[in-house]
Amino acid sequence: MSQQGYVAAPPYSQAQPGMGGYGPPGATQPLYGHYGGPPQGYNAAPTGVMKPAAVGPPAAPYSPNVQQNGGTPPHRHLAPTAAYGQPPQSSYNSMAAPPSLSTQQITSQMSAMSMGSYAPGTQAPPLQRPPPVMGQPPMHQGPQSPPMSPQMTAPPMSPQMTAPPMSPQMTAPPMGAPPMGAPLMGAPLMGAPPMGAPPMGAPPMGAPPMGAPPMGAPPMGAPPMGAPPMGAPPMGAPPMGAPPMGAPPMGAPPMNAPPMGGPSMGGMGGNFPGSPPPGVGCFQSAGPGPQGFPQQPGQFGGPMGGAMGGAMGGAMGGAMGGAMGGAPPGMTGGFPSGPSQLAGPPQKKLDPDSIPSPTQVIEDDQLRQGGQIYNTSVRGQVPPLVTTQFTVQDQGNASPRFMRCTTYSLPCTADQAKQCQVPLATIITPLARLPNSETPLHVVNHGETGPIRCNRCKAYMCPFMQFTEGGRRFQCGFCNCVNEVPAFYFQHLDHVGRRVDFYERPELCLGSYEFVATLDYCKNNKPPNPPAFIFMIDVSYNNVKYGLVKMICDELKTLLEKLPKEEGSESSVVKVGFVTYNKVLHFYNVKSALAQPQMMVVSDTADMFVPLLDGFLVNYQDSKAVIYNLLDQIPDMFANSNESETVFAPVIQAGVEALKAAECSGKLFVFQSAMPTAEAPGKLKNRDDKKLVNTDKEKTLFQPQKGVYEQLAKDCVASGCSVDLFLFPSQYADLSTMGSVPFHTGGSVYKYNNFQVETDGEHFLRDLRKDVQKPVGFDAVMRVRTSTGFRATDFFGAVHMNNTTDVEMAVVDCDKAVTVEFKHDDTLSEDTGAMIQCALLYTTLGGQRRLRVHNLGLNCSAELSNLFKSCETDSLINFFAKSAYRAILKQPIKNVREILVNQTAHMLACYRKNCASASAASQLILPDTMKVFPVYMNSLMKSAPLAASAELPTDERAHQRLSVMAMGVEETQLLLYPRLVPLHNMDAGSDVLPAPVRCSEDRLSDSGLFLLENGHSMFLWLGQGSSPDLIQSLFNLPSLAHLQPNTSDLPELDNPLSKKVRVIVQDLLEKRPSSMKLHIVRQKDKPEVVFRQFLVEDKGLHGGASYMDFLCFVHREIRQLLS
Amino acid sequence: MTTYQEFIQQNEDRDGVRFSWNLWPSSRLEATRLVVPVSCLFTPLKERPDLPPVQYEPVLCSRANCKAVLNPLCQVDFRAKIWACNFCFQRNPFPPSYAGISEVNQPAELMPQFSTIEYIVQRGATAPLIFLYVVDTCLEEEDLQALKESLQMSLSLLPPNALVGLITFGRMVQVHELSCEGIAKSYVFRGTKDLTSKQIQEMLGLSKPAAQGQQGRPMAPPDAASACRFLQPVHRVDMNLTDLLGELQRDPWPVPQGKRPLRSTGVALSVAVGLLEGAFPNTGARVMLFIGGPPTQGPGMVVGDELKTPIRSWHDIQKDNARHLKKATKYYEALANRSAVNGHCIDIYACALDQSGLLEMKCLSNLTGGHIVMGDSFNTSLFKQTFQRVFSKDFNGDFRMAFGGVLECKTSRELKVCGAIGPCVSLHAKGSCVSENEMGIGGTTQWKVCSLNPSTTLGLYFEVVNQHNAPIPQGGRGAIQFVTQYQHSNTQRRIRVTTIARNWADAQSQIQHIESSFDQEAAAVLMARLGVFRAESEEGPDVLRWLDRQLIRLCQKFGQFNKDDPTSFRLSESLSLYPQFMFHLRRSPFLQVFNNSPDESSYYRHHFVRQDLTQSLIMVQPILYSYSFYGPPEPVLLDSSSILPDKILLMDTFFQLVIYHGETIAQWRKAGYQEMAEYENFKQLLQAPLDDAQEILQTRFPMPRYVDTEHGGSQARFLLSKVNPSQTHNNLYGWGQQETGAPILTDDVSLQVFMDHLKKLAVSSSA
Repeated sequence: MSQQGYVAAPPYSQAQPGMGGYGPPGATQPLYGHYGGPPQGYNAAPTGVMKPAAVGPPAAPYSPNVQQNGGTPPHRHLAPTAAYGQPPQSSYNSMAAPPSLSTQQITSQMSAMSMGSYAPGTQAPPLQRPPPVMGQPPMHQGPQSPPMSPQMTAPPMSPQMTAPPMSPQMTAPPMGAPPMGAPLMGAPLMGAPPMGAPPMGAPPMGAPPMGAPPMGAPPMGAPPMGAPPMGAPPMGAPPMGAPPMGAPPMGAPPMNAPPMGGPSMGGMGGNFPGSPPPGVGCFQSAGPGPQGFPQQPGQFGGPMGGAMGGAMGGAMGGAMGGAMGGAPPGMTGGFPSGPSQLAGPPQKKLDPDSIPSPTQVIEDDQLRQGGQIYNTSVRGQVPPLVTTQFTVQDQGNASPRFMRCTTYSLPCTADQAKQCQVPLATIITPLARLPNSETPLHVVNHGETGPIRCNRCKAYMCPFMQFTEGGRRFQCGFCNCVNEVPAFYFQHLDHVGRRVDFYERPELCLGSYEFVATLDYCKNNKPPNPPAFIFMIDVSYNNVKYGLVKMICDELKTLLEKLPKEEGSESSVVKVGFVTYNKVLHFYNVKSALAQPQMMVVSDTADMFVPLLDGFLVNYQDSKAVIYNLLDQIPDMFANSNESETVFAPVIQAGVEALKAAECSGKLFVFQSAMPTAEAPGKLKNRDDKKLVNTDKEKTLFQPQKGVYEQLAKDCVASGCSVDLFLFPSQYADLSTMGSVPFHTGGSVYKYNNFQVETDGEHFLRDLRKDVQKPVGFDAVMRVRTSTGFRATDFFGAVHMNNTTDVEMAVVDCDKAVTVEFKHDDTLSEDTGAMIQCALLYTTLGGQRRLRVHNLGLNCSAELSNLFKSCETDSLINFFAKSAYRAILKQPIKNVREILVNQTAHMLACYRKNCASASAASQLILPDTMKVFPVYMNSLMKSAPLAASAELPTDERAHQRLSVMAMGVEETQLLLYPRLVPLHNMDAGSDVLPAPVRCSEDRLSDSGLFLLENGHSMFLWLGQGSSPDLIQSLFNLPSLAHLQPNTSDLPELDNPLSKKVRVIVQDLLEKRPSSMKLHIVRQKDKPEVVFRQFLVEDKGLHGGASYMDFLCFVHREIRQLLS
Repeated sequence: MTTYQEFIQQNEDRDGVRFSWNLWPSSRLEATRLVVPVSCLFTPLKERPDLPPVQYEPVLCSRANCKAVLNPLCQVDFRAKIWACNFCFQRNPFPPSYAGISEVNQPAELMPQFSTIEYIVQRGATAPLIFLYVVDTCLEEEDLQALKESLQMSLSLLPPNALVGLITFGRMVQVHELSCEGIAKSYVFRGTKDLTSKQIQEMLGLSKPAAQGQQGRPMAPPDAASACRFLQPVHRVDMNLTDLLGELQRDPWPVPQGKRPLRSTGVALSVAVGLLEGAFPNTGARVMLFIGGPPTQGPGMVVGDELKTPIRSWHDIQKDNARHLKKATKYYEALANRSAVNGHCIDIYACALDQSGLLEMKCLSNLTGGHIVMGDSFNTSLFKQTFQRVFSKDFNGDFRMAFGGVLECKTSRELKVCGAIGPCVSLHAKGSCVSENEMGIGGTTQWKVCSLNPSTTLGLYFEVVNQHNAPIPQGGRGAIQFVTQYQHSNTQRRIRVTTIARNWADAQSQIQHIESSFDQEAAAVLMARLGVFRAESEEGPDVLRWLDRQLIRLCQKFGQFNKDDPTSFRLSESLSLYPQFMFHLRRSPFLQVFNNSPDESSYYRHHFVRQDLTQSLIMVQPILYSYSFYGPPEPVLLDSSSILPDKILLMDTFFQLVIYHGETIAQWRKAGYQEMAEYENFKQLLQAPLDDAQEILQTRFPMPRYVDTEHGGSQARFLLSKVNPSQTHNNLYGWGQQETGAPILTDDVSLQVFMDHLKKLAVSSSA
C-alpha cells in the first residue's frame, strides 16, 4: 500500500514518503523531511502558492503569509517566532505566528503521526521521499519565507502547487490578510506552522534553526518523529536553513508523506486505533489509502498553503500548510537534527509535536486575549476560546458565555452551507454564570402591557430593532415588519437615528437583559409560587447499610441553610419537602406547628398521589425544628429495614403530583440505590447485553426501556418539575432509562458506583451541595428567533419539545446548554447579516416570572473562506458530540462514526478546495480555526458512547451520553481534551497553575507528578521515579510503595507543595460544574489503566486511533474527496 | 287460667318472643285465611339477669340435618338414657357425661323454666374485641374538636384489652399505625380508587405480594401480628392514641368556593373492611364510622363536589334522577356483605345538617347489625350521649354488645321458615324447614347478625304447611327452636337456645280461640316490618295499598257485621287496636317519605326493623301524656283534641321527645309564675314532664331529639304532625267545639274518616 501511495505521490514524492509511512499503520514512519520541503514553499506573498514547482528552492513565495501574519503577528510572533527558525518573516509570524507555532507543530506532528503510527513499512519509502521534500524546502527561499510559510506546506507540491495555486493565493493574500488574521493561520495547521515558521524564518529564517525550535516543538519532530526520518534531513538541511521556516511548509510535505503513507492509509484503514495491527477497523475506509494519501499530503501542505495564501491572505495559508505539511515533522526533524535524521531514510515515527497541539492553541489564545476585555459591539466577531480568561463587555451582542456559535460568518446560501458541511449552530447557555467582573443582567420592566414585541414575529425589543419616522415606528430586525411604538415607549431620535434614550434602556443597547414578565406569561395567568425542592431518599437496605441515608440526612441539616436565593433577597423562599421510599413511599408532614413530624405511607405505587398538602412543602426556616427532628429520626427508623426492592417512577410521579398540588415548580433530588425492581410502574429489568455491542441493535442499549418514563417526563415538564438523580448502583442500573426523566427535565444524573461512605462520601456531598445551590430557573420555555433567510431547525440538550419551536425545560441551571442548529430558508444578505434572538421565559428562584433575552448578530458571507475564518472549534465539537450522541439512538454506532469522519473530511476538503491556496495534494491543510479539530473529533470518537467496546459498562456509556447532551462548550471541550498538568516542577510559591501539557503518555515522565482532570474525573498520577521528597511532602510517607491503593485524598500537610497541590485540586473542584473524585494512581499500578483512557492523543484503550493516526486517516479521506 | 295477655307477657319475659298468633291454625289453607302470618318478634339476647349461663355445651340431635338442641320439650327415657328429638323424632343417646341423669336429677335444659338457656362454649381461642374508628376529617373545626373529645373519652370506656385502630379520611384515607414511637406514621390511600381487599392488605404490608420468592422466604399468610401495627390493645396505646386524636387536623386540602369537601368515605370503609377481613376474620369487630357529610368522591360517591348540585331527594329518586344512587348503593352493599361474612359490624354516626348519604350507606349497618346515629352536629349532647351509650354495660359489667351472632331457626314438621326481617344477612343454609314462600330475608334457616345487643329484635315469619286433610292429632304442639351462637362482649363464645311450642287449633271449629290468641301489638309490628321491608324495594303507594288490603281482609275475617252495613261493624277486643296502629303506620315516616329526606327515611326504617316490640310500637304510634292541675299525668289520645291550652303534653315518638306547653301554660310560664313561691304547684307541674322525659332519655338508644316547645312555637310541628288530625281547618267549624283541641292545618284524613272508610269496605259485599 504505502508504497503505492508513494508512487502516486511521487510528485511530492518525498513528502509523501512520509505519507507512505502512514500506510503502514503500525509502522512508525519517519516524519518526513517534508518539512524541509514545505519550507521552501514559502516564497513570499504568493503565500501558499508555493509555486511549488518553482518552489523548489525559492519557495519564497510564501511571503504572502507574512503579510497576513502581519495582522496577527504580534501575538504569535512571540511564541512563533521563537519557535520558528524561520522567524525571519516576522510578518509571517504574525499571521502564522500563533498558528505557526501550532501549525508547525502540527505539521510536524502530523507527519509524525502519520508516519509513526501508520504504515511504517510504507514509511520507508516515504522517507525517501522526504528527501525530495526537502528539496522543496528550497522553495522557501528566504524571501518568501514569511508568506510562504503557510504555503510552505505547499512546497512539496512544488510543481503543481506552485504556479497555479500560488498565484491565486497570491492575490488572495490581501484577502486573507485582513480576515485571516490569526485564525486562518491556525487553520492551516499542518503546513502552517511550519510555514509560519518559515515565513518567520524569512526574517529570522535564517535561523533555520528557528524553524526547528518552533517546530520544535521541535521537540516533537525531532525526537519522536524520528525527526530524522522526516526526510527532514533533506528538508531540514536545505529548507531548514532559511527555509527551515519553510520548514513549516515542510510540514506539509511530511504530511503528505505521512498521509501519503498511502500505506498508512492502508494501515489506517485497518484501524485507526491500533494503527495497523489493531485493525480495529475503526476506519476501514482506508481503501483509497495509498494513493489518495500521497496526494492528500500534498494537499495538506499545498492546500494549506494555498488556502492560507488565497483565502487567508496567505498568511493563514502559510500557517496551515505548514502545519499540515509533513513540514512540521519535517521541520522538526529537519531542523534540529534534520539532516541526520533525514539521512535515516525512513523515519519510523512522526513527531507528535509536529501536529497541532490543543494545549498550544489554548495557551496562545490565552496569551493573546487572556485578561482582556472582549467587547461585543462588532457583529460576527469570533470570541476568544472558552479556555481563555477574559472579560466580556456587552455592547449589543450577547456574551459568548450565553451564546457561542460554530461559526460567526454564515454562508449566504444553502448551497454553500451544504458544500462546506460546517454545521451552523449556536450553543446557548441561557443562565450561564457570569464572573464577578461582569455586570449581572439588567432587568427591564415595560409595565403592565409586558415587553414590547414585534407584532408579527413576536421578537422582543432589542438592539436590532430600527427606529424610524422620528421614533414613532420601529422595524423589526428579524421579520422586517414595521410596528408602531407604543406611546409610553416613544422617544425622539438623535441625528444618527438613534433613540435619545439609547443608553438608558438595556433592551436597546445590550445583547442580554431580562424583562419582567406579566401575568400573560404565567401559567394560568397566576403569578407563580416560589419553587420547591423535594428530597426523596431511598431507604432500602443497601442505602441504609452503606450509611448513605444517615449521611444525606446529616448533610441536609446544613445544606438546607444554604438554599439558593435570588440575588439581593435576604433568605431563600424555596420550600422544601421530604420523602423516603423503598417499595412504598413515605411522605412527611413537617408543618411548623407540629411537635413531631408525621409520616404518611403511600403504598399505592401503581397510581401515585400525594397524601398531604399542607405541611409537606414548608419553609425551612419556619419548620427547622421539625425538620431537624425528622432528619434525626430517618436513619433510625429504617435502620433495621431489610427491604431491598425499590420503586422509581412512582417516586418521581409523587414529586410531580406534590408540585402540582402546591401549584409550584421545583426540583426533585432523588437518591436511588439501584434499578427499580419492585412491582410498580416503571419496573425495570436487566437488559444489559454485551452481545449487542457493535451490532445494529446496540442503539437499544441507549434507548429508554418503557413508555412509562416518557409520559413521566412529559408530566414533569408540564409541571415545571425537574429530577436530579443521585444513583448509587452496585451493578447495572439501566441508566438509559433511569436517566431519561432527569435528562428531559433539565436535571442531572450523578452516579457513584459501589459507593463507600469513606471514599466517595465527600465526592457525593460536594456534588449534592453544588447541585442544590446552583442558580436555576424553573418552568422555562425558550424560543429562538432568527432574521429572515434561516431558522433554527434542531435542538440538542436536556430539553423537551412538544412542537418544533418551543424548547421546554422544566428547570434550566447555569450549566445547561442547548445546542441549536440552523438551516437556510433563503439567501442571506452580507449587508444585514444574520440575527439570532433567544428568549427564555422562566421563573426565578424567588418565584418571579422573567424573560431573559439574548441577541446575537452574525456576519454573512458569500466567501467560504470567511466562514472558515470564523469557525469556532470548541463549539463545533460540542455540536458534533451532541448530534452524534443523539444519532446513536437511531443508528448503528458504526454509521455514526463514519458520518463523523466523513463530515470532518468534507469540511476540511472543502476548505482545502475552496479556500486554501494550491499546494501539494499530499499536504494536509487545516483552517487555522479548526486546526485542533481533529484531535477533538478523535477524542469524541473514542468517548465511551461511541467507542462500541463491550468492556465499557453500558451504564457508563449511557451516563456520559446523557451528560454530554446537556453540556456547554466549555464542558465538552474539557471532557474531550482533559487538562494534564505537571505538578512536579512548579513553583510552589506562585499561585499560577502550571501550563497543561498534551494528553499523551509521551508527556509523562517517570519522576513526574501530574494532575489530570476533565470535569468528571480527576487523577493525580505519580511517576515511578517520583522523588521521596515529593512523596513525603504530599503524603507524609517515606516512599511511593507505602501509599495505600485507593487513596483518594491528600493529607493536610504543612509544606508548600502539599498546600499548593491541595489548593489546585480544591480550586478545580470549586470551578467545575460537578464535583470529581480524586483518584491517586501510581505509574504501572493497575488503576493506571483508567487514567490512561484520558490520554486522548494516544491510542484508545478500547479501540480508537491515536491522534496522529486519525489525522492521517482524515488526510487520506480528504485526498480522496479531492481527487 | 291466665289470660292471653299474661301468657304473652310471660313468654316475652322468659323467651323474648312475641307471636302474632298464640294458637296456630292447623292447616296451610286456614293459616293463609288469617291474613296475618304466623310470625314472631324474637329478641335473641334479651337480658335475663335471672338466667345464669351453664358452663357446658348443648347436646345436639345426632341427625345430620337436624342438630336440634336438647330441650324441655323432648321426651326422655331416663332408664335407657335416650332422648327423642321433638323436631325430627330421632332417638338420641345421652352423652357419657349425662350418665347420672334421672327423673330427679335432670340437667337444666330439660327443665321447663329453661325454655331459654345459655351455654358457654369453651373451645376456641378467644379474641379480644376490636374497635376501629373511621373518622371523617372534613368537619368544621368545632365539630371535629367535639368528635375528637368524644373519641378520646371513648377510649376509657373500652375494655382494656380491646384492640383499637384509627382510620381518618378526607380527600385521602389514612390508616394510622399505632405501634411506632416517635414519628406518627400512617398509611395513605387515594380516595378515588377502589381497591381489592388483597391490594389493601398488601399496601398495608399485611401480606407479601405473591411471587416474592426472591430470598426464598416462605409466603407469610396475612398475620394478625403485623396487623397489630394498626390495631393495638387500648391499654397499651391509650396515651399514644389520645395524642394522635388530639393532633388530628381538619382535612388540609383546600375546598374551593362552591365546592363540597372531598370525602372518600367509600374508600375509607373499604380499607377498614379490608384491614379487618385480612387480619381478623370471624372475630368480633366494630367499625365505627363518623361522618360529617356525604361521600363526594371515589367509589361510593353519593353526590359530586359541586355545591350547586344538591344531594338527591325523594323527588330525584322517583324521577330516576339520582345519578350516583344505584352505583353507590351497590358498592356499599358489597362492602356490607363482605363485612358481614367476617362477622364485623359497621356503625354509622352521621352528624350533618344536610344529608350525608345514609340512604346509600344504610346497608352497612342494616346488614351487619351496626348502629346508625343521625344528628346535626358532633357537638350536641344527642351525639355525645348516644355515643357514650354504645359502650353501656349490663348488670354484670359487660358491654351490651355481642358479635358475630348466628341465629338458627328449627321448626317442627308442620312449619316452615319464610324469612326474617332485622339487622341480619342470610347464611343461605338450606334445610327441610325452609319455605319456598319468602318473607323478608328468606331461603335460609340461618342468619348472621354481626352485632347484637339486648334489644336487637328480629321479625321471623313462618308458614304452616300442614295440609288441610292431614289433621294434627289433638293436643299436638308445634315447636320452634332458636339457636343463637355469638361472641359475648367478654369474648366468650356462647350459645343461647330458646325452644317454644304452641298448640295447634282447628280454624274452623276454634276460630274464636284463635282470634283471642291474636297479639295485635306483635301483629301490627310484624306487619309493619313487612311493609317497611317492601317499601325498600317498592313504590310507596303500592305498599300502602298492600297494607290496606291486608287490613280490610283481616277485618272481613274477624269483624262482626251485617253485609253492607258499616254501622254494624264490630271488632273484638283482641283486634280493636289493630286498625288504629295501621292508621298511624300509614302516616309514619317508615312508609311516608313526604317531608323526610331519603336519609331520614333510611334512618327511621333502620331503627324500626331492629327495636323490640315496645319501642317499635312507640315508633308506629307515639305515646302522648298529658299533665295538668286536674289530676296525675295520664296518657291521652294521640289526637288533636288532646292539645289543650291548660295542659302540658309529653310526646315520645322514639326519635323525638317533645314537651308541649298549652297556650295558657305557656303564657303563665312566660309571666314567670313558676318563680313565685305561691305558685310552687305550677313549678312542679312544669317540672313533671321534664322529669319523665329525663327518665326516657336515660335509657333510650339512640338519644331522641329533645324538644321543649309551646303553643305556636315553630317546633310544635313535631307534635302537630303526629297527632290524629281530628280537627283541621276543614272541619273546624263543623265540629264547633272550641275547647276540645287545636286544629291541624292538614289535608290528611283523620282516624275517624279512616275508620269509617275501613268499615265501609270491610262490610262491602263486593270487596
